[in-house]
Amino acid sequence: MQKKFGGSTIMLDRSDINTDEIIPAKYLTEVTKEALKPYMLEDLNLEGFDPQDEKVKSCSVIVSRENFGCGSSREHAPWVFEVNDVHTIIAESYARIFRQNMFNCGMLAIELPKGQIDKLFALGATGDVTLEVDVEAQQLTATAGSQQENFTFEISPFDKALVKAGGWVEFADARY
Amino acid sequence: MGQTTAEKIFAAHLRDEPFPGAKVLDLDRVLCHEITTPVAIADLEWRGKDRVFDNTKIKAVIDHVTPSKDSKTALQAKILRDWAKRHDLADFFDVGRNGVCNALFPEKGYIRPGFTVIMGDSHTCTHGAFGAFAAGVGTTDLEVGILKGVCAFREPKSIRVNLTGSLPPGVFAKDVILFVIGELGVNGATDRVIEFHGPVVNALSMDQRMTLCNMAIEAGGTCGICQPDMTTVDYLWPFIQDEYADKQSALTDFSRWCADEDADYDKVFDLDVSDLEPMVTYDYKPDCVKKVQEMAGTRVDQVYIGSCTNGRIEDLREAAAVLKGRKLADSVRGIVSPATPQIFTQAMSEGLMQVFMDAGFCVTNPTCGACLGMSNGVLAEGEVCAATTNRNFNGRMGKGGMVHLMSPATAAASGVAGVITDAREMMKDTAA
Repeated sequence: MQKKFGGSTIMLDRSDINTDEIIPAKYLTEVTKEALKPYMLEDLNLEGFDPQDEKVKSCSVIVSRENFGCGSSREHAPWVFEVNDVHTIIAESYARIFRQNMFNCGMLAIELPKGQIDKLFALGATGDVTLEVDVEAQQLTATAGSQQENFTFEISPFDKALVKAGGWVEFADARY
Repeated sequence: MGQTTAEKIFAAHLRDEPFPGAKVLDLDRVLCHEITTPVAIADLEWRGKDRVFDNTKIKAVIDHVTPSKDSKTALQAKILRDWAKRHDLADFFDVGRNGVCNALFPEKGYIRPGFTVIMGDSHTCTHGAFGAFAAGVGTTDLEVGILKGVCAFREPKSIRVNLTGSLPPGVFAKDVILFVIGELGVNGATDRVIEFHGPVVNALSMDQRMTLCNMAIEAGGTCGICQPDMTTVDYLWPFIQDEYADKQSALTDFSRWCADEDADYDKVFDLDVSDLEPMVTYDYKPDCVKKVQEMAGTRVDQVYIGSCTNGRIEDLREAAAVLKGRKLADSVRGIVSPATPQIFTQAMSEGLMQVFMDAGFCVTNPTCGACLGMSNGVLAEGEVCAATTNRNFNGRMGKGGMVHLMSPATAAASGVAGVITDAREMMKDTAA
């Protein structure tokens, strides 16, 4: 079953945010996804960022820069987002394993060119951003107060199929 | 147009292409460890699909935290152990027989040229040293691999790295790969395979080739690949001698996976290593690389020699050669972790463990341990480690700690001096 996408958005203005920052290795001893919930982005190295901030804890979308999710193969990184209802990441680019893990979980790792990511950050500078996602039409609408920006995004037909199926296990189990 | 090694392996393993560009491959190996596999096992049970596609192709080891340090890690180990037993896995490695996954599995002869290999471990790219396509994956890919024996990939382009010249004394595969990552950048090889070629690679042992391929992921690479040759055959011979009439016929068979001369590459990177110097990382990204000379004098609190990057027998020999007759500085804690029991035994028989202990090192059992800050050897805030590992991320070896990545020789010399030190300088003193 397809997940819910979009919602209140936080902006992480840095490239190369790695999986150790998203979920530190010391929490990899958990054997359920739910147990990871309190630790999202706990070790993120970004000035002014507080993982306990209410806006962080209640966000549903993350916007970031290049090579998001680099490092470890740990699916705990997408899971910690999943259990915090963050089902949408928008970035300039991703590390391969993280991107695949997102789609494998039926979540969206959307790539936008730098210029459009810049626009999102500019919008974010004016106030709190809410994002709407239309997966079928591959459209994003970002709203901050009275301002609105629209974007078109590309995802591969395979990634789209995974999102629609709810993930790779569902897709593969039906097919192989 | 010719094919790269990865393209040949993809063509030979293609099960399905549900959408253009999405290649679903049959898997030769699904490798498992206790950190990323238990959730896959639990999910399979929850779905009522607690099955394995082939219990001879799935291998498992407890290696990240072992022996278990608390109830949580004991539970992870137990879930993997019970599952391995339930499905009658022929190859499961428990305490006493276990070692670091990316060192243990190749040592057992499980990886062959032309194989497709996945594991829930980003350093699975190590196994490309055998001319295999080996990729780190997440738990969902692992779960489907366990159940169905397939995994989906975008067909990767390859970056060809030609290593020419010859390595100067005191410069090792670790220095080469650190330099290459510095050039490519941490995402310079994303969705790419890094194919290593040239006389320098041809002259490297399998241990050093594994070090080279191990860090392909630090440039974002899906896999590092070396071309199978007689060195590969020699390494695998104890495991394959019943399958081939002689080594030459094994070589002929393996050679079909070598890239064609007219293969198409995304990028070609030529590096003459003749003037390369020992390298070390600074800051929190593996592409932040400098010459050891430029970082000389940086304080070190801990030395860690081990991991899937540099915990093999040649790495221990390289470090011991520096440490013989020397002691760690009073201010430095040394930890050496041979990557597998076989390496540990070999190091003991060669007297290397005595050298480490005489120098003041703590010798641990084979484990991933300190590399990712999961067990013994974690740093305190503000502490600095000279490490032979693969990641210097902020907090990787403990919150607030700084990790400098380097070769075993550089790590050993830095431990003795108490500051980052060029091992060649120290060895020169010995010679004089």
